[in-house]
Amino acid sequence: MTTRAEICVTACAEAWRGDGAILASFAGTVPGLGARLAQLTFAPDLLVTDGEATLLRDDAVEGWLPYRQVFAMVAAGTRHVMMGASQLDRHGNSNISCIGDWERPKRQLLGVRGAPGNTIGHTTSYWVPRHSPRVFVEHVDMVSGIGGDRGAHEIRVVVTDLAVLDFATPDHTMRLRSTHPGVTVRQVVDATGFPLVVSGQVPQTRMPTAEELALIRDHLDPDGRRDR
Amino acid sequence: MSVATLTEMVDEIRDGMTVGIGGWGSRRKPMALVRALLRAGRRDLTVVTYGGPDVGLLTASGCARRIVTGFVSLDSIPLEPHFAHARQNGNVALTEYDEGMLYWGLLAAANRLPFLPIRAGLGSDVMRVNPQLRTVRSPYGDDLLVAMPALDLDVAMIHLNLADDGGNGRYLGPDPYFDDLFCQAAKRRFLTCERIVPTTELVGAGPPQTLLTNRSMIDAVAETPHGAHFTSCVPDYGRDEEFQREYATTDWDTFRARYLDGDESDYQKAIRR
Repeated sequence: MTTRAEICVTACAEAWRGDGAILASFAGTVPGLGARLAQLTFAPDLLVTDGEATLLRDDAVEGWLPYRQVFAMVAAGTRHVMMGASQLDRHGNSNISCIGDWERPKRQLLGVRGAPGNTIGHTTSYWVPRHSPRVFVEHVDMVSGIGGDRGAHEIRVVVTDLAVLDFATPDHTMRLRSTHPGVTVRQVVDATGFPLVVSGQVPQTRMPTAEELALIRDHLDPDGRRDR
Repeated sequence: MSVATLTEMVDEIRDGMTVGIGGWGSRRKPMALVRALLRAGRRDLTVVTYGGPDVGLLTASGCARRIVTGFVSLDSIPLEPHFAHARQNGNVALTEYDEGMLYWGLLAAANRLPFLPIRAGLGSDVMRVNPQLRTVRSPYGDDLLVAMPALDLDVAMIHLNLADDGGNGRYLGPDPYFDDLFCQAAKRRFLTCERIVPTTELVGAGPPQTLLTNRSMIDAVAETPHGAHFTSCVPDYGRDEEFQREYATTDWDTFRARYLDGDESDYQKAIRR
């Protein structure tokens, strides 16, 4: 029985399909497994780090990438990051800085980190582990990562625990691309705090192949971190 | 250039100065020097940093008036509780930049330029919350860019694994972070290290390109074994996760009484109990 987490890992991996020899960066366990799965299967040229300064090809060291070189790749555009987002709007503007008024926030979060540079410099995707109206909002409190309406390079996909979303609409607003097996369109629409574009028959997110499942279960994540 | 004590270093750091702190998040922070600064009761500091517990300690103790950063995190604990508390209570001012902008600001200062152009920040609320930021048109085309101002520092504080008594310093971990740039951006440069060794030993400890600082970049060096605790200083030691949890979950007055009221040797004794 394929689990939702395994479908999410595969959906995250899909974000990097066709990217070539660029740096796949990620925040979180599921996108991390996705990047490594993509590198092992359909995107063999991807560069993946250990989260510090070492480039790894399937757990073996293949290079060095300290923070200062990551910033050069951000500026050069040779990177595709899958970030987290505390808030996300229909244009793909994201917030990881603070909740409430910036001057005196209700909740101080991480800070904008590299989100402004990432989103203007190279392709960005998002991973949202709990799809809810609290995350998918009309307006984000602090635009950390910029969306399509503010000059983003490319916001490619948003993978959540319920669905895959993209911006393939005439005005580049968020669209429901696929729902995960067992999830209805209504569930996704109800969990989104703005009107989601839903056009025609929404397909189901693809299942991992037998090879992909074996890689996830036996090789990449034998301890089941994806389920936590 | 001289070998100095933490007290001698802190004596040169005055209220209201702009202090750059090396390392990254909860990694290789000059924590012994941060603790000394806190004990000396400095006030109104502007702290430029890729923020970790250095920010938490300096905000909770009331030393910092303003934090200039792109993030503040303890890494394995994503949010710095003391910094978050201070922000939510309006007790500290923040200049929030994209972390690449921070790098560019240090680069500009290190190269004695008033600014460097960068794309990061355009379109984002970084421009809204930093109304002093200006944009610039490329003189060679139509590109609109952010003119990231130089982050000129009064003082830089960094921690490395090894140094000689002249200020030549080597990192043994995987990442130099931006420690050399912090030094090049500052008027006074203080290096703390796990061990001061003779130059020949320093040179023999690895390849030349991991000699991050040279004598021209450092004004004083101090040997502070375990001086980055509780942040990591690999390969000498990793992050003290248990202690970091205690730091993050203990109320400030209790933590301070337990670990910070004495001097650095008291601290080092207290954490070994």
